Amino acid sequence: MSLLNPELVESSEHVEGAHQTDAVNSRLAQIWRRLRSTPRFWVGAIALLLICLWALFGLALYPWSATDQDGLAFSQGPSASHWFGTNGIGQDLYAQTIIGLQKSLLVGLIVGPAAALIAGFVGAISGYVGGVWDRVIVWFIDLLLVLPSFYILVLLSPTFKNASIVALILFLALFGWMVLARVVRGQTMSLREREYVKAARYMGVGGLTIVRRHIIPNVASLLIIDATLGVGAAILSETALSFFGFGIQPPDVSLGTLLSAGSSAAVTRPWLFVFPSAVLILTVLATSLIGDALRDAVDPTSGATRD
Amino acid sequence: MLGFIARRIVNYVILASIATVLGYVLASATLNPAARYLGRNPPIPEASINSILNDLNINPDTPILERLGIWITGLITRGSLGQSVTGNEVTADIVSRAGTSLRLLIIGSILGAVIGVALGVWGAVRQYRASDQVITYSSFAVLATPPFVVAVLLMIGATNVNRASGQQIINFTGEYTAGLDGGFWVIFGDRLVHLILPTISLTIGAVALYSRYQRSAMLDVLSADYIRTARAKGRTRGSAIVRHGVRVALIPMSTFFAYSFGTILTGATITENVFSWHGMGEYLLQSVTSSDINAVAGTILFTSILVLIAGTLSDVVYAALDPRVRV
Repeated sequence: MSLLNPELVESSEHVEGAHQTDAVNSRLAQIWRRLRSTPRFWVGAIALLLICLWALFGLALYPWSATDQDGLAFSQGPSASHWFGTNGIGQDLYAQTIIGLQKSLLVGLIVGPAAALIAGFVGAISGYVGGVWDRVIVWFIDLLLVLPSFYILVLLSPTFKNASIVALILFLALFGWMVLARVVRGQTMSLREREYVKAARYMGVGGLTIVRRHIIPNVASLLIIDATLGVGAAILSETALSFFGFGIQPPDVSLGTLLSAGSSAAVTRPWLFVFPSAVLILTVLATSLIGDALRDAVDPTSGATRD
Repeated sequence: MLGFIARRIVNYVILASIATVLGYVLASATLNPAARYLGRNPPIPEASINSILNDLNINPDTPILERLGIWITGLITRGSLGQSVTGNEVTADIVSRAGTSLRLLIIGSILGAVIGVALGVWGAVRQYRASDQVITYSSFAVLATPPFVVAVLLMIGATNVNRASGQQIINFTGEYTAGLDGGFWVIFGDRLVHLILPTISLTIGAVALYSRYQRSAMLDVLSADYIRTARAKGRTRGSAIVRHGVRVALIPMSTFFAYSFGTILTGATITENVFSWHGMGEYLLQSVTSSDINAVAGTILFTSILVLIAGTLSDVVYAALDPRVRV
């Protein structure tokens, strides 16, 4: 009977909400405790922080810009005036690397979380609604997996390669969510049968509200992990596209175009290749260390002990 | 089990067909084949451009669905994928290039899967020991390195080896040495040497990817009750791990093989281009650059068939490992 009394429902929901907040808090505290004791997390987090600061302020006091040409230093190795050396037309490689790094970080930090968000919603809706919709969505996901996303992006490149970087970011996010969406869908299908979700359903809570209030928070850890790992994946995709001339176009600079230009001279003028690739590898490595440490902290079975 | 495999094959065939059609439509929508003939000196009259485009069935003025219809009819009735802009039959191009790609793909994915699974099992069994840490951190480093950087670093290494030894020990440009005379074994050896660096470059990424997944799948299994039961009934640790552990951990891996095949394909495309192998990956990138719709669609068809085969194989492995499917 009490269910029919709106006041009681209100208060019971409030109590449940408070209970939930407590549970969430203690879970977050537990995750944070585990995370704190993982050296990998600190290595990754500090490295990523330093890289971000470097990308923001690395050019502040540096005399050369990415487009300046030093007529007195063509193809010179690293020196006090050009920290990473210069390329064949006297452009400073340190300045260019920083500009490329800024672009990579921009792409990665937007595309990773955006793709995870798409995956969360598509996967949760597909798994929760079930039936025909589920089958259609799974088919679509499978289709995108059959056609490698690199191929699709290469095919679509004529539409975005001369547009701004926003278009590239958009396309990378649109084709980077499929694997995770399948994982989220699987999780949702098991969550759907849990008592509290059933209870909410029988109380007449709408489907979208259940997805938002009960499903998404429960797969949030997955989404956060993948948003982090997606940062590195997005940076690598952008670099590969730009490397083959399907992404950012010269004279615009990204780590991909720098590596593309440097790879042909990698033996004779190694600095043109070594510095941008080292920066790229460190950035991606930092994000994947954080992502992996997060996964270990969130997944309680990951540290299981055996005989 | 045969029913299961048959259902999966039908599923893959439909997926591959839709993917090919989608590839054709995408290529027709984004590529502009007329650009190839515009802005030339002396200018080509519009009428002749149109007639060239019509002959190739790539004229943007014809509705996409009509072109698609002609293309599919040609494929079904004559087994023809149309002509590329260079005038070659696309099927002929694919036949001459497929071997190059397949050699790299088959060797790379098999080596990658075998070594990756072995390293993953080893890492899981020796969790947090020194060897596990070394495997974990090296696979992180490899996964953070784009394939083309791996390839170029290998080339720098090979150049240094060649320079230090004073002779050309490791050849790495192209698929074979052009104009090499000699018997079967000389040519075979030459191709084998050319295969070394691209194979390493492709395999190393696959190993890193598979070893991470196998390690976590294996860790899930190792903490399961039935491993403890197997130990309790007197199996040795090694036998419990192999008979009850690896076998079960390979079940999720077999699905992962199918899904990761796209990654391997991308890796092979990149590797081919860096080492200037004239394979299908190079063909795809070249065709997109030269706005060659028929060639792109042919490549997508080829890729879909490969994914179909890989998916079916992984389902066979799945059915062989998991007795529940066979009921």
